[in-house]
Amino acid sequence: MRYPAFLQRIADRADVQPVRILTFSINGQAVSAREDETILSVARENGISIPTLCHLDGLSERGACRLCIVEIKGSPKLSPSCVTLPRQDMEVITNSDRVLDYRRKILELLFTERNHICSVCVSNGHCDLQALTTELGMTHVHYDYLHTRHAVDASHERFSVDHNRCVLCQRCIRVCEEIEGAHTWDVMGRGYLSKVITDLNQPWGESTSCTGCGKCVQVCPTGALSEKGKSVAEMTKRRQFLPYLKLMRGDESR
Amino acid sequence: MTIEELQDIGKIEKEKQEGFKYRIHVCVAAGCLSSQSGLVKEALEKEVARRGLESWALVKGVGCLGLCTAGPMVAIEPDGLLYQGVSVSDASDILEALGGPPVNRLDCSAHLPFFARQKKIVLENCGRIDPESIEDYVAEGGYGGLYSALRTMTPAGVIEQITKSGLRGRGGAGFPTGLKWTAVSKTKSNVKFVICNADEGDPGAFMDRSVLESDPHRVLEGMAIAGLAVGANYGFVYVRAEYPLAVKRIRTAIARAERLGVLGRNIFNTTFSFDVTVRLGAGAFVCGEETALIASIEGRRGSPRPRPPFPSELGLWGYPTLINNVETFANVPPIIRKGGAWFASIGTEKSKGTKVFALAGRVNNTGLIEAPMGTTLREIVFDVGGGIIGDRKFKAILTGGPSGGCIPDQFLDMSMDYESLAQVGAIMGSGGLIVMDDSSCMVDVAKFFIEFCMSESCGKCVPCRVGTVQIYNLLKRITEGGGKPSDIQLLEELCDLVKNTSLCGLGQTAPNPVLSTMRYFMDEYKAHIEDKVCPAGTCHMNPTEESQ
Repeated sequence: MRYPAFLQRIADRADVQPVRILTFSINGQAVSAREDETILSVARENGISIPTLCHLDGLSERGACRLCIVEIKGSPKLSPSCVTLPRQDMEVITNSDRVLDYRRKILELLFTERNHICSVCVSNGHCDLQALTTELGMTHVHYDYLHTRHAVDASHERFSVDHNRCVLCQRCIRVCEEIEGAHTWDVMGRGYLSKVITDLNQPWGESTSCTGCGKCVQVCPTGALSEKGKSVAEMTKRRQFLPYLKLMRGDESR
Repeated sequence: MTIEELQDIGKIEKEKQEGFKYRIHVCVAAGCLSSQSGLVKEALEKEVARRGLESWALVKGVGCLGLCTAGPMVAIEPDGLLYQGVSVSDASDILEALGGPPVNRLDCSAHLPFFARQKKIVLENCGRIDPESIEDYVAEGGYGGLYSALRTMTPAGVIEQITKSGLRGRGGAGFPTGLKWTAVSKTKSNVKFVICNADEGDPGAFMDRSVLESDPHRVLEGMAIAGLAVGANYGFVYVRAEYPLAVKRIRTAIARAERLGVLGRNIFNTTFSFDVTVRLGAGAFVCGEETALIASIEGRRGSPRPRPPFPSELGLWGYPTLINNVETFANVPPIIRKGGAWFASIGTEKSKGTKVFALAGRVNNTGLIEAPMGTTLREIVFDVGGGIIGDRKFKAILTGGPSGGCIPDQFLDMSMDYESLAQVGAIMGSGGLIVMDDSSCMVDVAKFFIEFCMSESCGKCVPCRVGTVQIYNLLKRITEGGGKPSDIQLLEELCDLVKNTSLCGLGQTAPNPVLSTMRYFMDEYKAHIEDKVCPAGTCHMNPTEESQ
């Protein structure tokens, strides 16, 4: 329904013009959701855990890590729950053997790609990637290690980036672009040769766009981005500001 | 521009050309140009001038004549003579022979089956018209389809014809074009876009390039009709920068069409406007994927995003967008001119019309061909393709490039259509056909294509970025003689993972060449791993201690 312009502005607000509510099931449990909520957020609201790596509340979704894949009954395809919207009466399965097996293998692939040796990492014990191994029951890697070699950039006065620990989740890129508004970070290269860079692949310390806010360091899931002066296992990430990311982003971009 | 004016242009052009007793068509598409057909054309023109025959013989540059292996090609009309391998020094002999017996040493009649088995819809003008002349295209009925769509049909009527024709997307997946157009037309928006995907990246495929080089106006007309049908006023042609000639010809075509008033503002004096812009790709295979292509046009990094939402709802700059392949658009004008039912009468039950293939590899006649859907592989390889070079044994044919599969000889009598190909683990793809004989090692072929996908992966999702490297490393080890028996299972497992969990079509189809060669040529894998022997003799086996 259309209203006069002054009323329409109010009507367009989501809280006045409520979205449709629908019901579906996750692992046999009946749940209800707004039609614009993702399966992932509905699952988490209902206490059903789905592992994620590239997802971060408040940032735009990438659908890139593929760890949050779920099965939807009637579809042969697996869907990333972070970007899939529920439909009425949909039956979602988050913990089938097939899905659990794929998730573990994807995590294994991540561990083979670069150097993720925890015992010498600043983030040992405070690492999202490390936590996923326990969550997914990954005990060893049965593929060959690739261990692509990358340089460490410690040119910034307060932070350093060790690309060997990077999982290319792009959280730093998104927080810098979407929250800080600086867009210092981005990706260069293709495939396994891709790498996050500051500005146009200049040393971080010489970046003219970096504001030094450090949000990228705090959202980084691994020890790739860390504060200087931290030794093994000392880099705890301070994510207290994360709940406010959503607020900072405003309504329209959810 | 009215229809009478359009017909006049065509009539005048036709009369002008028919005024010449002989028309000498020289192929000036990229294949023949690379073997100096440009110089041949110049030499012929000079020779005509030297003999003072300017009013008697016309030398015309035309698009691809099809038989790229025998280039440069020259056709003599109206005699229907075809010369192959023409060089500059042959110019005077060719002119000497006009009206008399043909030059025997250049005769191409041995290749007749190559032409006889084809049916041309998309390529009907290729090799007949000058791609840089809009009048030549109009003389062949060009832009008549757009006129009737604009003046005699409703947008819904146009979509109905396309749906009735049963046309399916020629980019590879074979999605019904009518459904796609309907989806875009139903999405409400003031601004919509039409994109022509000419980012042809499969190794060995050159169909889209040849169509753009030989008959660019056909694609523009198809896009304009699509724009009318779905309610879009802007079009983009996204073409690889590696196709400079195709870029030049499509740009020329846009400029000429705008000047004639069949593109741009108020087409055929109606309220319909349609502007087309060319955007160049920067050489990424993944930009053939529609969401990555859109990102690239927007000026962002060409990496795909999860679908849904599909571009028909949320496309270029957030507006509903129709994306079709070059060949799909090239099929549209004849469908509108002759009706959907005519098109639906060609082909098989579920795959209608014809398909353009780029035939390459170990066959005698490599080149650009067009055959009705349902033609068997045997007809394509042995009749059109003229059999295997040196009469060696046919081993496999790879369809769909790096996303496709290798089909062994037991399926030679299979009909070429979307369903049959999917059944044997291959895909139609964009139409690249690579024929392999017994000198090709299938493990090596699988390695080649996975290496291609590995380096073309955008790096966004984990299974495709890391999984393809793992598969490549395993295959590399096997071809170097270091394979272990457990590698087979590991390969199967990795292929299954990458296929089922990757974000976009590139990753989801990347394992296909590996899977299909493992399905049909497992004995070769076993020979490499267990006996450390490459049956085809192409791999340099060098067993290391590690593997023992």
